Amino acid sequence: MEPLLALTIGVLVATSVYLMLARNVLRFIFGLILISNAANLTIFTAGRLTEGQPPLVPEGLDAPAVVVANALPQALVLTAIVIGFGLFAFALVLMFRAYSTLGTLYSEDMRLAEPREDRAS
Amino acid sequence: MNSIILLAGTRALSGLLLLFSLYMLLRGHNEPGGGFIGGLIGSTGFVLYAIACGAEDARRALRVPPQNIAMAGLGIALLAGLASVVFGDPLFTGQWLFIGGTKEEGGLPFSSILVFDIGVYLVVFGSVLTLVFAMEEEI
Amino acid sequence: MSAAKTEASASGNGWVGLVPVALAASLFVWFLSFVPQIGAGEVVRLSWDWVPSLGIALSFLFDGLSLTFALLISGIGTLVLLYSNTYLAGHPQYARFALFLTSFMLAMLGLVLADNLIAIFVFWELTTITSYLLIGFGHETYKGRRSALQALFVTGAGALAMLAGFILLGFSMGSFELSEILAQGDALKAHAMYLPILILILAGTFTKSAQFPFHFWLPNAMAAPTPVSAFLHSATMVKGGVYLMARLHPGMAGTDVWFWTLTVAGAFTAVFASFLALRQTDLKQALAYTTLMALGTLTLFLGQTSAYAMTAFAAFLIVHSLYKAGLFLVVGCIDHGTGTREADILGGLARAMPVTAAAAALSALSMAGVPPFLGFIGKELKYAGALEVQAMETVVVGALVLANALMLAVAAVVAYRPFWRPAGGAMPHTPHEAPWPMLAGPVILAVLGAFFGLFPGVLQWALVDPTVAALTGGDLHAKELKLWAGVNMPLILSAVTVALGLAIYAGHRSLRAALIRATDAGPNFDRGWDRFLEGLKALAAWQTRVLQSGQLRSYIFTVFATVLVGLGGTILARGVWQGFPDLSGVTWMNVALMALILIGAIMAAITRSRITAIASLGASGIGVAMIFIAFGAPDVAITQLLVETLVVVLVAYALLRLPQLDRPGERDWRPWDAVLALGVGAVVTVTLLAVLATPFDRRLTTYFETASWPEAFGRNIVNVILVDFRALDTFGEIAVVVIAALSAYALLRTTTDKAAKPATQKDKAS
Repeated sequence: MEPLLALTIGVLVATSVYLMLARNVLRFIFGLILISNAANLTIFTAGRLTEGQPPLVPEGLDAPAVVVANALPQALVLTAIVIGFGLFAFALVLMFRAYSTLGTLYSEDMRLAEPREDRAS
Repeated sequence: MNSIILLAGTRALSGLLLLFSLYMLLRGHNEPGGGFIGGLIGSTGFVLYAIACGAEDARRALRVPPQNIAMAGLGIALLAGLASVVFGDPLFTGQWLFIGGTKEEGGLPFSSILVFDIGVYLVVFGSVLTLVFAMEEEI
Repeated sequence: MSAAKTEASASGNGWVGLVPVALAASLFVWFLSFVPQIGAGEVVRLSWDWVPSLGIALSFLFDGLSLTFALLISGIGTLVLLYSNTYLAGHPQYARFALFLTSFMLAMLGLVLADNLIAIFVFWELTTITSYLLIGFGHETYKGRRSALQALFVTGAGALAMLAGFILLGFSMGSFELSEILAQGDALKAHAMYLPILILILAGTFTKSAQFPFHFWLPNAMAAPTPVSAFLHSATMVKGGVYLMARLHPGMAGTDVWFWTLTVAGAFTAVFASFLALRQTDLKQALAYTTLMALGTLTLFLGQTSAYAMTAFAAFLIVHSLYKAGLFLVVGCIDHGTGTREADILGGLARAMPVTAAAAALSALSMAGVPPFLGFIGKELKYAGALEVQAMETVVVGALVLANALMLAVAAVVAYRPFWRPAGGAMPHTPHEAPWPMLAGPVILAVLGAFFGLFPGVLQWALVDPTVAALTGGDLHAKELKLWAGVNMPLILSAVTVALGLAIYAGHRSLRAALIRATDAGPNFDRGWDRFLEGLKALAAWQTRVLQSGQLRSYIFTVFATVLVGLGGTILARGVWQGFPDLSGVTWMNVALMALILIGAIMAAITRSRITAIASLGASGIGVAMIFIAFGAPDVAITQLLVETLVVVLVAYALLRLPQLDRPGERDWRPWDAVLALGVGAVVTVTLLAVLATPFDRRLTTYFETASWPEAFGRNIVNVILVDFRALDTFGEIAVVVIAALSAYALLRTTTDKAAKPATQKDKAS
């Protein structure tokens, strides 16, 4: 399964890069969502996959008796998902503010901080 | 959205989700769950409420501004981390107390870890609602 | 500053003016108390730990060399501060000036006393910064700002090279303590890194001490108030470079590179600067160029290793500091008393300013090297030292005779003409004598020059002998300082110098005209500097235009193209491709999940409908969550599902007010973006496959699995890692979440009047 996931992640990255290169910042944000999914899957896969055994210590034992899924990448991914959500929300709000202030969703028309040479007085 | 069924259903569902989120929080140390998941579930309840009845009603139901909840959660998590210093351990070392018996005897555990997880819960809960309410009201 | 000058009075600036004087004076007295010890040949070392983990200590060394410098700095500092207090009396920013000057003095003292390379560098940079502030004290003029920046850039650039040299030196020798490094001088000279170290350090000292071709900043630095020039150019700033070369002398001198570099640069600077000095009509400028000459001479002697050369260095160092500080202060008095510094206008001042005239005469005679002044002894030693140079004696001696003759002429221009010859034009003020605090400095310095000339033994014992010992690592003894050494070669050369100097003075006006013509024809380093800066600015503007296009798209393109080239190049070069992977264990369930994720992602990428895009993203995210479920991560899966829900809610809110995805009629298919995207995706897949082919290290995981229940009393290992083992990380992460939420909240809540309505409604969501 790992090679298949590696392939999935590659395609996921490709689509998100394509989206992030778009001029429309809404597309950029879609790309952001996808690339954080791809990153989470990468961490999860790199920690190796174990089917169907959550990392829990059974009642009455000091350690899991069978081979269970790797807990460390799970912990990392869990916080990464929540932080990714925070980043996404901030980017969305920023984009929304940019749209309501500048009246455009196209990044090349957002020139408040870096005006075009020919338009700079 | 003025559906009476949605309104009535939402009130019940929000309460249930909040209760369920507390359950997920408390069992998190031994079963799937914990502060992150609990906070997300709890906030989903209020998000549902905000969608059905509007952010203003949801704010009233919450009583406390969500950003204050988030900040309080951060403070609680920090205090839980600092507690270990009082006992002479390095920062963020868990401190345990078993009420009515030792760990083996099945005493009720109470720990700085639990307090920390509650802090995480409040941070996630408060942050999500801060965002959602603001989006609902400003957009 | 002229407004302030006219109100000059002995009262000065109150306690703001007097406290620095008292500080400098007490430092001077403290340093004097070391003289008996150091004169007896001892070395005092004080040390405190600073950054012990890096072997950096705050250590100070008192030996002959550092004590000589410390006494000159604090002594002349006292006089200059006293002088400034009157010169700039009533200046609205005197407190600032006094602070700069005092800080500069303390930094300079730190520099000459420090025994640790890093400490030396820090003090060195402090002198650069404080001198920048001092030179730019008149920052309301363009000239003042330009000169200050020029000094900062030239010496600052040199200092960076020097830092690299210091670090190389410290690592090569295994210590950053200078005294330890110098103790193993032979090993240093034989070290493979000797040449790079030498070049880098000399880059610092040559820029600081204004050796050719970095000389141009120093005359410009005359934009500073005159007392500052007196201080910077006599005892301190510019001598910082000389000091460092002298400090390193026992460890690094004696090689051919050292000899040739210092000798040639020093000799050339000395002659070149003497000619330029004669060219000037502004008295202060003329003195500034003679400072260059002195620095060249000192550098020249540091290139040698003979006892005569070392004695000449020590003696001339002291001589120069005394007369140069004195003369600068005299020029300040002239400026103060008459309102001008133009040599062609000034004249007949001896009657109106008798004390100044006397001080000027004494200092100038010392500068000219006339017996019985200390300058004469210094000059005799210089000739004796030059005669012992290991190669090119004739050239070096010739250069020195010429330079000294020119100095004599300049001394006459500065100290004879304005006082004893008739005036060449009307002076702005009626000349009047300066008040006593301004006379104290010139008079004391001039008298010291005469006193040490008559009784050189005092100086020999207190400073010259220990300095020479420090310069040679104790191997050589200083030659005797004496007025009459019999009729010998140096005496004859002296006679030649005096004759030549007087001849030059007699013809200096026509010579000056010729010099002005000649130097105007030659390359102008100052203008070259301007061109260099303009080029730098043009380069920066060009680079900003290229790199900082203001296009988000091109930034992102650059980032991903770099990933593609960097990672892809490594993959190709290292050959990490593992062959086609084994897909035997794949089930239909797995393929279905993968299809769900990919179809969602691809739909989101190509659709033009916002609703489809959100639904596709949601589907893709749910697919990811199902992967988590299938492979034993229920916590992660629940989190992923909840977050997906919230993402959809937030996007749905935002979309209510946003326009459709593309402008009608615009092309949606971008082939080059697709090529780059596929390239990055392929590189990621190959890299991940390579990672998966390496053996897996489970140690950390095993630790968490076995410690979770016994140590942290939790059965859910993921949660235990989050809230116990890695609680500090989690704390940082929830802090990020709070910050993101509050920032977004603030962004939405500010300027709500604008947010209420989009600026343009024409392409609003339908």
